[in-house]
Amino acid sequence: MVLVLLSIVFVVVRIMPGDPVSAMLGGHAPESVIEQKKEELGLNRPLAVQYIDYLLQICRMDLGESMVFKERVTKAIFQKLPATIELSICAIIITLFLGIFMGAYAADKRRSLRDYGIRFYGIIIYCIPVYWLGLMLQLIFGIWLDVLPIAGRTGPRVFASTFEKTGFYILDTLLIQNFSALGDVLIHLVLPGVTLGLILSGIFVRLTRANMLDILRSDYILAAEARGIPHYKIVYKHALKNAFIPILTMMGLQVALLIAGAILTETTFSWPGMGRLLLERIYLRDYPTIQGTIVVFALFVATISLIVDIIYAIIDPRIRY
Amino acid sequence: MNFSPAIGIGRLLSGFMSFGKKYGIEWWIMIIGALIVLAIIFMAVCARIIAPFSPYDQNAGPQLLPPNEKHIMGTDNLQRDVWSRIVFGAQTILRVAILAAIISSAFGITLGLISGFTGGFFDKTLSLIMDSVYSFPGLILAIAFATMLGPGVINITLAVAVIYIPTYFRLVRGQTLSIKEELYVEAARAIGASRTTILWQYIFPNVIATTVVIFSLNVADAIMIEAALTYVGLGLPPEIVDWGMDLAMGKKFLVSGQWWLITFPGAMISLLAVGFTMFGEGLSEILNPRLLER
Repeated sequence: MVLVLLSIVFVVVRIMPGDPVSAMLGGHAPESVIEQKKEELGLNRPLAVQYIDYLLQICRMDLGESMVFKERVTKAIFQKLPATIELSICAIIITLFLGIFMGAYAADKRRSLRDYGIRFYGIIIYCIPVYWLGLMLQLIFGIWLDVLPIAGRTGPRVFASTFEKTGFYILDTLLIQNFSALGDVLIHLVLPGVTLGLILSGIFVRLTRANMLDILRSDYILAAEARGIPHYKIVYKHALKNAFIPILTMMGLQVALLIAGAILTETTFSWPGMGRLLLERIYLRDYPTIQGTIVVFALFVATISLIVDIIYAIIDPRIRY
Repeated sequence: MNFSPAIGIGRLLSGFMSFGKKYGIEWWIMIIGALIVLAIIFMAVCARIIAPFSPYDQNAGPQLLPPNEKHIMGTDNLQRDVWSRIVFGAQTILRVAILAAIISSAFGITLGLISGFTGGFFDKTLSLIMDSVYSFPGLILAIAFATMLGPGVINITLAVAVIYIPTYFRLVRGQTLSIKEELYVEAARAIGASRTTILWQYIFPNVIATTVVIFSLNVADAIMIEAALTYVGLGLPPEIVDWGMDLAMGKKFLVSGQWWLITFPGAMISLLAVGFTMFGEGLSEILNPRLLER
């Protein structure tokens, strides 16, 4: 599957319009210089050779050199990747918390007004474009109430040197025990994280509710009820645990949604992550970086589905591979 | 025959209400969704009558005027009327989203039918490709295709269409695989129907019903992807009126507090998507009685 994705990326990037070489050298470079540059970049070799070369490069964790800036693509990506992961993790935590509890509550109170309210929330929030929610939250909390920062990962008073160890700002500030910087990082994470988390929570509300309904009707729930176990314990402990497995499967499938959301959230909040890198480099027609970014996204998707499979086996002892 | 329009309407209404009783809230979800969608389609079709100004009119009023009686949604930095731009923008987004859904359903359904029906190596290869595309973030794919094709209404439609082909393909292929084994297909084969006849006259009509729901949800999704593409600046040339582009433009005035420039285009995108989603959700619960028990 990864191979197919990598091939699609290769083909798409190759047939993008605009000649990267003339873009690099400006419109009026002489013919001989253009030829020489193509030779240097290996662009005049047969496509099949370029393709094999591309796959081998990926195996070596090497994504080539940026055509616009003189830097390794991997370096640019590793600078940006932690920002995206930090945002994603924060959003997932918010989503799971909101989505699963609201879904379980709605299933418990089935066909009541509260249930319909939560289901309606699920539909509406799923249909709100993540960038618009971001803008509105920026407007309300950043401009009108002026309580939260609306852009970037840190304020101007925190030095970049604070974050040299891992690139994960929360981890870095904890490692050097700089708590004022940690507070600054966290407060910058609030709006983007909540935006992305809210958007994703819609789908989890629906999933959890549907799964919980199936489980709440099963015999062992009735048995637990008969034994006189408190109702809230049955719903939130016995049933929810079993509803979690299908939810986890769906979580693996929702990674695509998460990444798309992250790209748009990054654009809205000037968050220096992978999505911004991709869009910036598209404007610059920096092919190796575009290709590299998309490759990393593809690998990210594959990794998450693997992790989900592993967590599966840990949570549910009935599953054996 | 004592048939009058009043009785006809009365019958229609009572039928309407009895459906409402039979299906409960799902019916109303569907109807509200349909009303929202129809209202916006009406707005797009009659744009010239509804909009008080031309969307390009740079003398509609003073610059960056907050909403008032003359400009119900205010004016933007180029002195254009925001409400008029919203009305005309509906044309663009509806055209792109619906056309994209039609294109992807046509490709997806056809490929899914053929793939599921023939099986073998062709089926395996196609399924692998479709599954890979399906698991990949649609937005990134659309961004890549939009960049590849360059700006334009047709190009953005294609870019959006590509990412939904696997959705239809997977659904239709799965259905075809199970329907293929049904007794009536076996009977058709026994009376000597050709493969094409079996595929298009026996299997296709039974598959198509389930895709209606997906189509509606797909349009809702396509609306958000289209707006996202134009929001990040890919997809459409600047002379076309579009909600996503207006939103991106309004973003620049967020810090100075011109809230009406971002509130209204975004609200319209959400409303249109909600309309299609509600219609699809309601329809799916009505078509699938097992779900109604919930």
